Amino acid sequence: MQIARVIGTVVSTQKHEKFEGAKLLLVQPVSVDDTPRGVPLLAVDSVGAGVHETVLIVIEGRAAGDALGRKLAPVDAAIVGIVDRVDVQE
Amino acid sequence: MQLAKVIGDVVATRKDDNLTGIKLMILQPIAADGSNAGRTLIAVDAVGAGVGETVFFVRGKEASFPFFPTEVPADAGIVGIVDHWDVET
Repeated sequence: MQIARVIGTVVSTQKHEKFEGAKLLLVQPVSVDDTPRGVPLLAVDSVGAGVHETVLIVIEGRAAGDALGRKLAPVDAAIVGIVDRVDVQE
Repeated sequence: MQLAKVIGDVVATRKDDNLTGIKLMILQPIAADGSNAGRTLIAVDAVGAGVGETVFFVRGKEASFPFFPTEVPADAGIVGIVDHWDVET
């Protein structure tokens, strides 16, 4: 899993049926020190996250499909938690 | 998933049987500001996207799920056409 920040929303009318009703958010993966890491991704949201929040994401098909709770969903990234706090020792 | 612009298509007559009838599109992944981000790739199309449209695509085996039960040998697939996206900084 990775930590990411929600930076935006995506609207799509014509999409695969498994996405019906799912919320799509643009997330920017970040390091533990909060610096951006890599390119932004689209993730399905299964926890009710909002823009500007720090979230926990999975970037893997099976895990993302499980988070969405739909079998055979063509997804590869999902938000699985909202981060309250990150503590790094040393 | 990632945002991308459809910049072309690929025609292949001789191919894996399970790719028959499936559209192959050339994608340029884009960043949140719309600028190009990374290398172009070929993706199977599950939503009827056209050249010039902005789409989102999935990487990995999940790209073949829209064609289930056909086991399509693909590692990237278009799964949605983007109407618009908003970035809040």
